[in-house]
This record gives sequence, structure tokens and C-alpha cells, in this order.
Amino acid sequence: MTDVGTDSDRLTRAEHNEPLLEVIDLKTHFQVEGGIVKAVDGVSFTLDRGKTLGIVGESGSGKTVLSRSIMRLITAPNVITHGEVRYDGRDLVTKSSREMKAYWGVEMAMVFQDPMTSLNPVVKVGRQMTEHIRHHLGVSKSEARATAIELLKSVRIPEPEVRIDNYPHEMSGGMRQRVCIAIALACGPKMLFADEPTTALDVTVQHQILNLLRQQQKDRFMTMIMVTHDLGVVAGRTDEIAVMYAGKVVEKAPTNQLFADMRHPYTQALLWSIPKVSQPKHTRLNAIAGRPPDLISPPSGCSFSPRCPYAQEKCHIEEPPLTAGAAPGHQFACWYPVGSPENEAAWERNLAAGVPQTLAAAGKLTATEELLETINLADDTSDHEGAGA
Amino acid sequence: MAGSGKAHLRDEADTILRVEDLNVEFPAGRGRTVYAVSGISFDIAKGETLGLVGESGCGKSTTGKAILQLPRPTSGSVRVKGNDLAAMDPESMRQARTGVQMIFQDPISSLNPRRMIGDIVAEPLAVWGPHDEDKQWPIVANMLDAVGIDPDVARYKRSHEFSGGQCQRISIARALVMEPELIICDEPVSALDVSVQAQILNMLEDLKAQYGLTLVFIAHDLAVVKNISDRVAVMYLGKMCEISESNELYDNPAHPYTALLLGSIPVPDPMANIDDVLGDEGELPSPLAPPSGCRFRTRCPLADEMCARVEPQMRRVSDDHYVACHHPLVSADPVGDPSSEVTISL
Ligand SMILES: Nc1ncnc2c1ncn2[C@@H]1O[C@H](COP(=O)(O)OP(=O)(O)OP(=O)(O)O)[C@@H](O)[C@H]1O
Ligand SMILES: Nc1ncnc2c1ncn2[C@@H]1O[C@H](COP(=O)(O)OP(=O)(O)O)[C@@H](O)[C@H]1O
Ligand code: SF4
Ligand code: SF4
Ligand SMILES: [Mg+2]
Ligand SMILES: [Mg+2]
Repeated sequence: MTDVGTDSDRLTRAEHNEPLLEVIDLKTHFQVEGGIVKAVDGVSFTLDRGKTLGIVGESGSGKTVLSRSIMRLITAPNVITHGEVRYDGRDLVTKSSREMKAYWGVEMAMVFQDPMTSLNPVVKVGRQMTEHIRHHLGVSKSEARATAIELLKSVRIPEPEVRIDNYPHEMSGGMRQRVCIAIALACGPKMLFADEPTTALDVTVQHQILNLLRQQQKDRFMTMIMVTHDLGVVAGRTDEIAVMYAGKVVEKAPTNQLFADMRHPYTQALLWSIPKVSQPKHTRLNAIAGRPPDLISPPSGCSFSPRCPYAQEKCHIEEPPLTAGAAPGHQFACWYPVGSPENEAAWERNLAAGVPQTLAAAGKLTATEELLETINLADDTSDHEGAGA
Repeated sequence: MAGSGKAHLRDEADTILRVEDLNVEFPAGRGRTVYAVSGISFDIAKGETLGLVGESGCGKSTTGKAILQLPRPTSGSVRVKGNDLAAMDPESMRQARTGVQMIFQDPISSLNPRRMIGDIVAEPLAVWGPHDEDKQWPIVANMLDAVGIDPDVARYKRSHEFSGGQCQRISIARALVMEPELIICDEPVSALDVSVQAQILNMLEDLKAQYGLTLVFIAHDLAVVKNISDRVAVMYLGKMCEISESNELYDNPAHPYTALLLGSIPVPDPMANIDDVLGDEGELPSPLAPPSGCRFRTRCPLADEMCARVEPQMRRVSDDHYVACHHPLVSADPVGDPSSEVTISL
């Protein structure tokens, strides 16, 4: 097997509490007909062992491409990758696919949004599991079957001895996602990626699957990255959150800190735009004006500037860097961060000048005025708002 | 016929839609039947928004389509301002149906990719008139404008040139040109990004006020449904469990299933309590063979022997709050006359 680092080396790193994952200025671009899609555009972060990082953002913000880039799962011929992904001290970006095989499943594993696409519909789930187990762990057929049944039990599938002989279509969506989780856990990965693991599921099933992931993560001391468009999913279930916009991390903070003191206008807008069950019916929502950016030719300066109610001249020209705030671990990329006097001044200035997205955020436009004012159809008619995430 | 009672229905004079004992069954091959919707009743007052929530497959879309007689329900009545659609001949039904329009979840595929937006929005007019194109365009332009689409820019474009959110606005404009009184929105924001979702929800509220619309709003997102609805009906496996004024339903759920749904919502607040029940992914009951008595009993923590035997009827919890459960979580009136209302379900 290819080398994932010597045991003593890795033990030392673990003992010294070195982060399991370090991502340094990662860029994943796609060459397409109209230009270059900057799906991930300079992302850096570190993730400590046993921690969960939530990655949130609207669809198309680069969440999936980021997590797949880290796992080196992007095989598109038109992809251009820069930067470093250091997993337990070793750079993955320079590894060949053959070398990556020593990592997939064993070191890092992924649970996808739609369990149907990651399961083979014409093969019984038992065989899909045992093949995976035998391939990675080199055990006998009967041992693999026993392991598979144990795994199904651990993800709380009733009567695993019977269910193991089901085809995927004979199971409910929630059950299929449990099978996918069982497969991901089969070889004891140290790091688990979950990309919208519950977006396709009903709220009751979602709740159980999220609880299951959390329990498995604790029991196995896994490090986890949870990708979602739903701030509710990450709020109570992550240690840290990174908010992505247009291929960049615009804010990152420990979860409690982020919710207690959001500094980036996009994070704030995202939270304000979602209806909450704690609000009475017919509460007016603070919609974000305009539409998500075009990743081929993103706006100059701050990519949120065309939609941001606080945007000033400088925002349209100069891109704000991701910088550390006062609270430990809190970073944000904004010239006029929420909660600062400069931010308040910017707001007042924009209100006085009648900037449409500021008027909209202040509730001074009707929904349709807002749409007409802030969306220039003639300029941009490509599909960015699309479904899913 | 098993039913869930009608204690929650209001005086028909105060409503514009009244659905009674609605049953929709589909043949499922090998002589089997899908009991998609079984004996539900509800009504909607003018200008009201009724939210329909429940898990996937519980019959929300089937209920919405049955109002439009798409297809005609197996049994039951759908009365729009007192006229029973099910009893009408096809031509009068077509006429009556123009007052009821439907908007679907997938905005992009519900618009014909080969036709221009101006023509798509004018489609209902092409059928019902005015037939004169010069008369159609001002109506179409007015509606596009109302949904935040620049009419002159959009007129000669096709749907692929618009985003998902814009396509949804265009399909809303198309529903509005017939000046319907009732619009059935089937998951109109489920496929949209959160920021775009808020724009559409705000817009629906505005249009409702402006045009005096009445809405049925189907969705699985409970926060979205609460935001837009005056009243909410909770469905489970083809049955109606609970119906109530929205704030009251979320504050005081009476049905164990409603409580389960509400307890599962991921709340965007890290301080909120999350119960860590793992749950088993057991066999969910199938609409091919729904459980006897209360259909929720196989998942209900309060289920007892009576729940397996006797189907619960709608009973009053408070004004405008009704529940169909033998052991509701908040106190409710006894069922009116048990001997006549309680039915043993097959
Ligand atoms: N044409 C049909 N033929 C057979 N069965 C059908 C048909 N249409 C719906 N059903 C079944 O009826 C039940 C209710 O379906 P319906 O589409 O109304 O659910 P829903 O509540 O809208 O679900 P979702 O949230 O997934 O949209 C399901 O069991 C479904 O499989
Ligand atoms: N193979 C590819 N070729 C070109 N563009 C791509 C490719 N894969 C993803 N993209 C683009 O990258 C951007 C980010 O996508 P993604 O990471 O899937 O977003 P999300 O945040 O919704 O997961 C999108 O604009 C998407 O269209
Ligand atoms: S204030 Fe300026 S820098 Fe900050 S998010 Fe808004 S546009 Fe970007
Ligand atoms: S009737 Fe019985 S089984 Fe049904 S919800 Fe009420 S307590 Fe539960
Ligand atoms: Mg994605
Ligand atoms: Mg449906």
C-alpha cells in the first residue's frame, strides 16, 4: 500500500495535537467555454482532530467543489487546482489517484446528498458493503458479512440480517442514507465529509440521521466536515462554521461565536432571510437583494458588494482580505464589518443616498420594487439561483 | 367509509373552497390500491392562506391536484363557492377551473423551453380570451411587472435565459393572468436558494394583498409554512391529523405527530436544545396497507389498544384548533357523538 505516513510520525503529530487538516490557499477552477469558473478561489483553514467544521453558503458558492477538492475526488479534465491540502502533515494535491486510493475509505470518507446516486441500484446493499470492506481490509467473505451486519446495526437499521439482502429500492430514503453512512464508516476513517447528507430527507428522518452522524463521530473520534445550505443544520452540531460566498470563505468562527456576533454582512443577511418557527406568522422576511454572483466574471472588489446594504466605494474596487477579529478564532473578510462604527456610518450614508439594496434591507421597498430595482435582467441572464445546493 | 370527522369545518357561506370526505386512490398493480388521500375535509375562507404540511408521500400534492380534479378524486366533494366541481360536466368544470390555478415546485421544467416568455404567460388567455394579441400583452406585461420581471426585457426570451427564482416568478405571473381567486402552490420555494426563497415569499404576501388572493400553500418546510399561512393543516399518510390557526399550532401542538415534526426542525440557534434520540429507521407504513385505527399509531409513543381499533375523529382544542387523536397533548373537547362518528377503519 502507498504511504500515508509512518505510524510513529503520525503518532507524534497526534500527540502534539497538530491539526489533522490544513488547507492553504486552495483554488479549484474549471476551464469552460465562456472562461474560467472560479468555483473555489483561495480557501485556507485548519481543522483540529475530533472537531466538526460546518461549511455553509448558497448553492453554487463552492461548498461541494471544496470538499471534493480536499478529498481529491474531482477528476474533470477541465479542472485547474492550486494550493495545498495537508492531511496529517502530507500534501494531497501532489498525489496521484493511485496514491489517493490509500486514503479513500480508510483515512477519509464521504457521505453524499442523494444516497441513490452513491448506491448501485442493481446490487444488494450487503454485497456493496462487503465488496468495499474486503477491498480495503482484505478479510474473508464471511468476516466481511459479519462486519457489514455489525455496521448496519450500529447505524440502527432494524433486522440487519434481513436488510443486508435488500436492494436499495426496497429501502426508504432514510434507510438508504444509513447504509451510505455505514459504508463510509466501514474502514474506520479518521475524517468524514458529509455533503448535504440530509437535504433530500424529511425533517424527522433528517433529525435522526444528524444525531446518528454526531454519535458515530463521537464514538469513533472522527474529524468531520459538514456541508449544507441550512444554517439550522450546522447551528447545534458543529464546533466551527465557515461561510462561503462566490468560492471564498468570507467568515469563519467557532459556532457559538458566529451566531452571537456575526461580522460579515452576508452571514447576517443569510440568517435574516430564513423564516424561523420562533417568529409569528406573516413576519416580513429580510430577503437578500439581487442574485448570486457569476463565478466566471465575479464582481470586482468584494464579491458581495452588488447585494450588500453597507457597500461603499472601496468595496467595489478593493477585495477585503480574510482577517482575524478580536474574538479567538473569528475571521471575516469585510471593510465595514457588522457591529463596527464604520458599518453604522456606511448604512446611514447608503440610506440617505437611497441605495436600493439598503432601502430593501431597511424594509422601505415592496418585494417587487426590490426585485425590479436590484435585478438587471439585461445584464445577466444566466442561471445561478438554480436548485439543490 | 372511514373519515376523520368534520368538526373543524366552518359555515360554508364564509368560505370559498370546501372539500369534504376527499378520497383519492390509485391502482398499484396486482389488484392492489394506493390509498393516497383518505377521507379528508377542509375549507378555506376568502383571502386566507392554508398551509399543508407533512412528510413526503403523505398526500399533499394529491390533495392539491384533487381540488383541480386532476385527476377526479375517487370520491368526495370539492365545492368552489358552493359549486361542486366533481358533479359538473367537463365543459362547465373547465370554466370553473379558471378560477383556480396551480403553481408547481420545479419552476424551470414547468415552463415550455421552446416558447417565449411573453407567449407562455399569455397561454391561459389564448384559451380563454381575450384572443386579440394586442389586448393580451398589456395584461401579460402588467403581471410580469407585478412579479418583478421587466416585461419588455422578458417578452421575447426563453426560460433557459432565466434563473430558477425568475422562472418561479414567471410561472406565478402565468397563474395570475386568469385573475384566479384561489391559487394552489405546490412547494413553490422548495427548489430555490434561501435568499431567493425569501424574495418569493415576500412577493406572494404582497400579491395576496394586492389581488385578494386565496392560497393553498403546500410545503415540507415547517418554518416556511408558518411564515406564509393563516392556518395550517398537518397530514400523515393520507389523513388530516390537526388543523389550526398557525401561531397556535406551533405554540401548542395537540397531535403527537405535529409535536414530532416540530421537534425535528433544525433551528438556526446553537443554544437551542437538540434532543439526541437516535431512532430506528424502521418500516414506515405504506399507503398500500395503512395501519388500522389511527394511521400514526406505528410511530406514536402514546398509542394504545384503542388507537389500533378506532379511528380518531376531529375534536376541538380551542377556537380554530382541531385535532384527530384519542390522546391529544393538550386537552380537547370530547368527540360529539361517539356512536355515530367513530368508525372502525379497515
Ligand atoms: N399517479 C399515481 N399513481 C400511483 N400512486 C400515486 C400517484 N400519485 C401519487 N401516488 C402516491 O400517493 C401518495 C401521496 O403522494 P403525493 O405526491 O400526494 O405526496 P406528497 O405529500 O405531495 O409528497 P412529497 O412531499 O414527496 O411531494 C404516495 O404514496 C404516492 O406514491
Ligand atoms: N466540472 C465542472 N465544470 C465547470 N464548472 C463546475 C464544475 N463543477 C462545479 N462547477 C461550478 O462550480 C461552482 C460551485 O459548485 P458547487 O461546489 O457544486 O456549489 P455548492 O456550494 O452548491 O456545493 C458552480 O458554479 C458550479 O456550476
Ligand atoms: S461592506 Fe463592503 S466589504 Fe463588507 S461585505 Fe459589504 S460590500 Fe463586502
Ligand atoms: S390516536 Fe393514538 S396513535 Fe394516533 S396519534 Fe393519537 S395517541 Fe397516537
Ligand atoms: Mg453542493
Ligand atoms: Mg408533493
